[in-house]
Amino acid sequence: MDEPTLYKLSADGRSSVALPECDVDESKIPSRLMRDAIGLPELSEPQVVRHYLRLSQLNYGVDTGFYPLGSCTMKYNPKASEIWARLPGFSQVHPLQDPESVQGALELMFDLQEQLQEIAGFARVALQPAAGAQGELTALLMIRAYNRWRGEGQRDTILVPDSAHGTNPASVTMGGYTVVEVPSNKTGDVDLEAVKAACNDRLAGIMLTNPNTLGLFEERIGELVELVHGCGGLVYGDGANLNALTGVTRPGDLGIDLMHFNLHKTFATPHGGGGPGSGPVGAAPALAPFLPGPVVERSQVALGEHPVYVLTSPEQSIGRMVAFHGNFGMFVRAWAYLRLLGAEGLREAAMHAVLNANYLRVQLAEDYNMPFDRTCMHEFVCEGAPKGTSIRALDVSKRLMDYGFHPPTNYFPLTVKEALMIEPTETEDKETLDAFVRAMRNIAAEARADPHALRDAPHRTPVGRLDEVKAARDLIVSEET
Amino acid sequence: MLSAIGMGSLEELFVDIPANVRFPELRLAARLTEMDLDQELRKLSRRNRSLECGPSFLGAGCYRHFIPATVDYVLQRGEFYTSYTPYQPELSQGFLQAMFEYQTMICRLTGMEVSNASHYDGATSLAEAVLLALDAGEGRRTRIVMSPYVHPNYRAVVDTYLKGTDSYLDVAEERYDGAIALSERIDDETAALVLQTPHFLGGIEDLTGVADTVHAKGALLIVVVDPIYLGLFKPPGDFGADVVVADGQALGITASFGGPSLGIFATRRKYIRRLVGRLVGQTEDSEGRRGFVLTLATREQHIRRAKATSNICTNSALGALAAAVDLATLGERGVRRVAELCFHKSHYAAARISEIPGCAVNTQAPRSEFFKEFVITLPVDAATVISRLRKEYGVIGGYDLGRSLPGNDNRMLVAVTEMNTRKEIDRLVAALHQIVA
Repeated sequence: MDEPTLYKLSADGRSSVALPECDVDESKIPSRLMRDAIGLPELSEPQVVRHYLRLSQLNYGVDTGFYPLGSCTMKYNPKASEIWARLPGFSQVHPLQDPESVQGALELMFDLQEQLQEIAGFARVALQPAAGAQGELTALLMIRAYNRWRGEGQRDTILVPDSAHGTNPASVTMGGYTVVEVPSNKTGDVDLEAVKAACNDRLAGIMLTNPNTLGLFEERIGELVELVHGCGGLVYGDGANLNALTGVTRPGDLGIDLMHFNLHKTFATPHGGGGPGSGPVGAAPALAPFLPGPVVERSQVALGEHPVYVLTSPEQSIGRMVAFHGNFGMFVRAWAYLRLLGAEGLREAAMHAVLNANYLRVQLAEDYNMPFDRTCMHEFVCEGAPKGTSIRALDVSKRLMDYGFHPPTNYFPLTVKEALMIEPTETEDKETLDAFVRAMRNIAAEARADPHALRDAPHRTPVGRLDEVKAARDLIVSEET
Repeated sequence: MLSAIGMGSLEELFVDIPANVRFPELRLAARLTEMDLDQELRKLSRRNRSLECGPSFLGAGCYRHFIPATVDYVLQRGEFYTSYTPYQPELSQGFLQAMFEYQTMICRLTGMEVSNASHYDGATSLAEAVLLALDAGEGRRTRIVMSPYVHPNYRAVVDTYLKGTDSYLDVAEERYDGAIALSERIDDETAALVLQTPHFLGGIEDLTGVADTVHAKGALLIVVVDPIYLGLFKPPGDFGADVVVADGQALGITASFGGPSLGIFATRRKYIRRLVGRLVGQTEDSEGRRGFVLTLATREQHIRRAKATSNICTNSALGALAAAVDLATLGERGVRRVAELCFHKSHYAAARISEIPGCAVNTQAPRSEFFKEFVITLPVDAATVISRLRKEYGVIGGYDLGRSLPGNDNRMLVAVTEMNTRKEIDRLVAALHQIVA
């Protein structure tokens, strides 16, 4: 199915929207500043609606089906949250309104801060960062400010495990630090000897994803934290994989000093096709004064039955990360999710996320090599080539589309060859998991019997395999009109 | 399922976690059903004064513009909003094509050659534009010259981002004489000049000749714009800007207490390999059918890691979709009409307010034309006026400039858009009359 672009559908003089007549005297518009045509398309409203409806039909979301994209926590997004985030008292509120007129919004933000603090074991949480990667940058800038404040500005390196998300090393660079990569060992954990070797007075800290991107809980987390703290470094936790741990353990209790949350992963705010997300940062007491601001505080004053909430900047704040208060629309959805689940529901969610992942891991082990023979957390990584074949992970992924599934994450982490990273989440039932297992087994059988069918897959999608090399060579990144 | 994995209980799955910190009791409020929570959330939302409750003249970087019904209709398609970054293009042609069209429309609007597929918001787009300029300066240029009339929160975000670099911000605080005068501050160590038009106080910057001065010194010109302004006025691309950034909230996104928004980021073709964020390119499938993919991923963190152009991963794709539907629905004439209405109505309001004894409009230097937003100098402090406007007249007034600019406690920034009727403007004028009398 080929949907023409907006520009191909456009016809001069057509329009969708009538705007009201100007009800004031017109002023003279300075003609020397005026532009000629903008170059936007002109379509009727039915054309616009059909265009985007057809485009939506060419897209696959969690609402379409199983989406085991490892590390992205593609869980179901409760529909009520979409209604709540659109209530005029939330969606039609300006960030610079008089604080007295936005007490409901501030109370919700304060309560979300408090709940996240409790869930992850931190002294204070700031909600501002717009996404996980920005949360990482926030934390690195906080480490920098903290080290300067305590007279240890010479610390200039950050350890990043080789299994870490690409955002980690990229954030380290943006934070003005140098990356030192640490290898993983045979059990998939961070190599403690390598950490020990890097522990000196130049070390600012380590970025640790736990469970790591192999889906494994760092078995020697206690020793690791002690090592890094022992030489004056800080431990940053990448909260991307928090979905395995809610109600199970608290990163703060494990000795982690700073962590970002991904509200769009763990707390069920929708991924939006690649954002908006939200990446609040939690901090241990020593780091809390450096959080970005403003944050919301409950003042001693009360207004009738309600306490008064105010926006304040933490004492030694690194400053602002975004123009206003962060992605408030996501705060509403995450807050609602937390109230729907409560402490009990959060633990159940983590347990079932881990159960679902282990169930898939065991069911697939016959056909796909599992490089780590351990109980996994909310996700696991297998080798994408079915046993005894030379089929690539990419081929398996493309073929999965023909079976109606979104593929897992491909070729990540880099430490496993032909990696397929599978994260089912807790919101999938056994029937869906079994159907996925059947598809993966069928594909393994096909790989042995008729590998060509796989190399040409997908066959049932709107387009076949796309030429990415051509795209990068031609660089057609806007339409000639 | 437990027996299939050889376990007797769910708890057994977590034996790798140190026992002393396993299964903490979380002190959270008891769970509620959807039905009960609905009541609670509605109650909480009513404790915010919504912009729907009466006239509002508050802008300062977040505006109330008309959002056609098509926008939310499209945003609520589950195929779009419950998907993620289109790493698998065969299942994501819808979003990829919509982003390709978004990139095209942003190029047209800004007069630039390349647009990314979105950034978080206007302020972070600007911060990344500054990092791009520093990168293009290859470490030899460490100074960023910025107009004092760039939005103070944007400036604050740039300041935060620069803490990870050896570079610094030079803001002409003492006196602002306009873009050309400011461009003379640029030296061989300057990586970029940052301007905003219309600037924070609503004034239109004259960009004529600025780029030449900037380029002669080997620096880049970065311009922050209001996308609505571009419906009527010449875009920064026509004046030789190297990077154009904007907040896209005005294009189909609700105020939502300031977020999520959309960061617009557009540049010249020669900087395409330094671009930050996702970029959609056109290609073909194995049978020669047109299709779209994410391209130039070698710039990005998941491939390039520590050497990536940015750490950005999740961005504001759904915001870009909103902007695309908004632009497609309004179309060429609609976008222009919105800009015209903003121009006329803000000028009408400014003229009426300047007639109020004791009130003056746009007294700040340098004198310039304005668009959509202007400054009222009041005989009393702005905070009092804003509070009285809301409590006694049911009007959300402007922005108290004293909150951002020291020494401006009696100045109020007022935004007037196509959403404000003449009746609303007259109501504001009458209220101001009484308050300052």
